[in-house]
Amino acid sequence: MAMRDQHQKPSRGVLVLLLLASFTFITLDVRGGDDSPVEPLRSVVGDVVGPAESVTATVVRPFQAIPEFFTTTGGLRSDLERLEAENASLRGRLATTVVDRNRAAELDGLLRSAGSTGYALVPARVVAMGPAQSFSRTVTIDAGTSSGVTADMTVLNNHGLVGRVIRADRSSATVLLVVDRDSVVGGRLGSNMEVGFLRGRGAVDDDARLDLDLVDNAVTPGRDDVLVTWGSKNGAPYVSGIPIGRVTSVFSSPRELSKRAVIEPFVDFSSLDLVGVVVRGDTESDRVVLNAEKRPGAKGTP
Amino acid sequence: MAAMRALVLTFVITMAVVLQVTLFPYLSVNGVVPNLALLVVVAAALVRGPEFAMVIGFLGGLAIDLAPPADHVAGRWALALVVVGYLAGRVRHDARTSAVAAIVTVAAASFVGTSVFALSGMALGNPVVSFTEVLAVIPTAVLYDVALTPFVLPVMMRLFRRLEPHQVAY
Repeated sequence: MAMRDQHQKPSRGVLVLLLLASFTFITLDVRGGDDSPVEPLRSVVGDVVGPAESVTATVVRPFQAIPEFFTTTGGLRSDLERLEAENASLRGRLATTVVDRNRAAELDGLLRSAGSTGYALVPARVVAMGPAQSFSRTVTIDAGTSSGVTADMTVLNNHGLVGRVIRADRSSATVLLVVDRDSVVGGRLGSNMEVGFLRGRGAVDDDARLDLDLVDNAVTPGRDDVLVTWGSKNGAPYVSGIPIGRVTSVFSSPRELSKRAVIEPFVDFSSLDLVGVVVRGDTESDRVVLNAEKRPGAKGTP
Repeated sequence: MAAMRALVLTFVITMAVVLQVTLFPYLSVNGVVPNLALLVVVAAALVRGPEFAMVIGFLGGLAIDLAPPADHVAGRWALALVVVGYLAGRVRHDARTSAVAAIVTVAAASFVGTSVFALSGMALGNPVVSFTEVLAVIPTAVLYDVALTPFVLPVMMRLFRRLEPHQVAY
């Protein structure tokens, strides 16, 4: 016991040392901003962990079917063990078939998006999602600089705007979702072309919502009015004309000058899988760039 | 042997961080996933004491901070998990007495870890976090960590015991 007590004494030193190290990291990263000394470290870790996440995502993707799996086999009698096992494996296979079919439909949709928006897209898959405990809504996609993806590019899927790329490593990139609290997107109302700013609320599940502050406070957005992106210079970070969501409710308070509207995004952020990154049409990429001009559907390819 | 131990520890920490962002989003509750790295730190604290757990906590936290898709200021999870490692290491003699005590330790560690992280975010304003959001996330996080404890903690504790360098028996 005496030895153990000796062991506990010096832990103060280690504690102070490691706390100081943590504070050093925080200070360096906060003060440095975009070119903080931590950035190179981030890209090294990103280059190593990014591919690891891609591989793990491929391995665990069949687990996507687990929730449905429980509800469908839960009622089976426990004494039919063999049948249950067989059933479960068949159902598992069926569930992943559904996933595959969904993915094929998403890819079709993405091809159509490339055609209808007129932008060239690099297809990518979401391989990792940040936990809610970290309080920022970011995902990792499996395309990076080697596929032509760089920071400040628009990310969309076949339903609408997903977010923008905030950093790109060699084979992975981090995307800030539009529902994040730090995300601000310029939006334009479909019915009267009025512009405003959309801010995320930080929720990703079914009640994910965005708040719209209109620039012109005389305008009242209508219910079910559709919002598209307003677009920025050179299409960075957002290109124009991408559907974002629809107005669900409008309210104004006497204290605030402008009216606020609540937007329900078209994209389901809790089940993101296939997304497209908007790139220039002539981008060098190690994967197929979906171009608006040559629609693969017209050529007979999938 | 020391190199082997370092390799296994690196692998365990990396897998905890990677699984947390790849597998568990499918099983998330309102976006909250179990904090595997935190469970690894608690297991390290119960087996090896505060110093070892703090080092594991620092490295694991830094891995969460730097690995994609993290976007917050680096060092915040490192700070939170160092604190967790220290506290869990201090109570390990009581925590090892029963399974209930271990679960209470995990719950307390999860509460402290998530709170320290959230508070550091509030202090830095990165990202902008509201108090209500924190209050909504922490209970779910604690419950989910506790729910995973019976599956993760014993395995991790056995692993850390096997990795322990030879020492005088007590």
